[in-house]
Amino acid sequence: MAHQHVTRFGSLKHYEKGGVEVINDDARNYVFSNVFEVASKAKPYEKVAVGKNIEYVIEAIRAEGTSGWRAPAQDEFALVMDGEVEIRLLKLENPGVVPAGTQGSVALAGTPAGRKMGVVRARRGHMTLLPVGAAYQFHAAQPGVVLLQTVAGADTVERWADICQTTPRRNAR
Amino acid sequence: MSKTTDTVPEIGSIEPNQHGYRSFTLGSFGFSRDEYFAHVVWAKGRHMLPVDAFLRALQRDIAWGFFYGIVNFDAVVGTMNHYGSVDLFAGRFNDHYRRAGLDHSERFATPLIQRVFEAMLDDWTNAGFDPFASPQETGSAFGPKNGSNKEAITRHRVTAKRMIAAPGDEPLRTDDNGFPVNRHFRDVPQDKPDVRPEPGFEDEVVAFSLFAYLSRSDVTWNPSIVSVCKASLYCPTTEEYILPVIHGNDRVEWFVQLSDEIQWEVEDRDTGAVRARVTMKAGDVAAMPADIRHRGFSPKRSMLLVWENASPELPALYASGKMPPTPVQF
Repeated sequence: MAHQHVTRFGSLKHYEKGGVEVINDDARNYVFSNVFEVASKAKPYEKVAVGKNIEYVIEAIRAEGTSGWRAPAQDEFALVMDGEVEIRLLKLENPGVVPAGTQGSVALAGTPAGRKMGVVRARRGHMTLLPVGAAYQFHAAQPGVVLLQTVAGADTVERWADICQTTPRRNAR
Repeated sequence: MSKTTDTVPEIGSIEPNQHGYRSFTLGSFGFSRDEYFAHVVWAKGRHMLPVDAFLRALQRDIAWGFFYGIVNFDAVVGTMNHYGSVDLFAGRFNDHYRRAGLDHSERFATPLIQRVFEAMLDDWTNAGFDPFASPQETGSAFGPKNGSNKEAITRHRVTAKRMIAAPGDEPLRTDDNGFPVNRHFRDVPQDKPDVRPEPGFEDEVVAFSLFAYLSRSDVTWNPSIVSVCKASLYCPTTEEYILPVIHGNDRVEWFVQLSDEIQWEVEDRDTGAVRARVTMKAGDVAAMPADIRHRGFSPKRSMLLVWENASPELPALYASGKMPPTPVQF
C-alpha cells in the first residue's frame, strides 16, 4: 500500500515553531518568528512586520472583522495563511488620495469614492493582487491570517524584540 | 583577479573518454567525468565530486543564471556571480585551502561560462536522470554514457512579471499542461479563490491558489518568481531531500516556511565555520544574513517561500560594509 504523506500547514489554533540553535552566532541575526504566533497576539489588521529587506516588508496581519480601507502606492500581494478572508476592491476615483512618494499603503477615512471592482473570497494558500490605483478592504467572519508583500509604510509595526527569538537555544512550542 | 575571459576556441573535447563523456575546459580549469565522479582540476589542485550531486548543482547554477551571490557545489568548487561576469573558483571559500594557498579563481563573461556549463550538463546527463527531481523521482546519474535528457535540463524558468495568473503573465499549473499534483502533496486542497469581478474589471481582480500551484511543482530546490512588488520578489519553491548547493549570500535573503519542515545548516560564508542550525516549521520566518552560507534539509517535500530583494546595488553595499549583514538590529 502506498505511503500517504501528510502535509503540515500552520494555523492560529495549531502551529508548531522551530527555532535557531546557535553554535557560534547570535540568534537575533536570524530574526526568527512565526506568523501564526505573531498574528495570535496582534490586534485586528495590525500590520506587524515579520520580514524586512531594506524598504520592503512582509507583514503578518490578523484578519478579524472588517478592516478600514487602504490604498497601496504600488502593487501589494495578500496571501491567506489561515481562515477565509473577503477582499473588496474599489477603483479610486481620485488616485491622489495616495500622495506622491508614499511608501507602502495609506489608510483612507471611510469608504473612498470610486467604482466597485469586485470581490475575492480567499482561503488558505490563496494569493490576491491588490493593485496600485485601487483601494482594498478585508473582511473575515472568523480570525484568520494574511501575509502581505509590500513596502514598509507609516502603519507598519516593527516590534522585533517582542516577536523574535533572542536566546541561543530555541524553545520548542 | 585576472581580467575577465570572454572567448574560448571550442567547447569540450571532440572525442569522448573511455566512459563515453566529453571533457571540458574553462580557462585553466578542467572538467571530466567517469562513471561515478566529476573531476575538477586546476593549476594548484584537483577535486572530485559524486556526479549526481555535481549535476544537481550544475543544473541549479545554470537555471538560476548563477543566482544571487555564491553557488558552492560543495566545500571546494563553485561560482560567484558578479552580474555580467562569474568567478569559477576552487577552495576560494574554504579556510584550509586558503591557508594552504591552494585556492584558485578565474572570472569569465557570463555567456561564456553559461555556454560551457550548459554543454557539460547536456553531455553528462544520461537518459532517465533528472537533476531537478528529488532522488525518489528520478533514475541514476551513474554509469557509462547513456543517451541524454534535454527535456529535463531545459525547463522553462518561471519568472512572473506581476503575479502568476495575472493577464499576460505566467500561467497556472494544471493536469492538462503537464503538472499533476506531486505525490507528497496529494492532500493539499486544490480549491480556487472565489473571484467575482465587476464588469470591466476582469483583468484587474486576480487571485490564484499559491499552495495548489506549488503542490504541482515538478522540480525541487528551484525558486521561481510568483509575485513582484518593485524589487521585492516572492520566489517560492518546493523542497525535498538536500539543497544541491550551499548558497553563499551577497545580500540578506528571507525564508517563510509555508508547509512542513526544513532544517538549515548555516556557516560562515567565507570560511565555512559552522554558525547555527535553523529549524523551520510551517509559519516560521527567518532571515539568512548577508555574510553566511546555508544548506537545507527537507525530510518531506515542503513548500518554502524564498523572499529576495533584487535591487542591483545591494552586493556592493554589503561588500563595502555600508550595510550591516543582518536586516534588523534590535
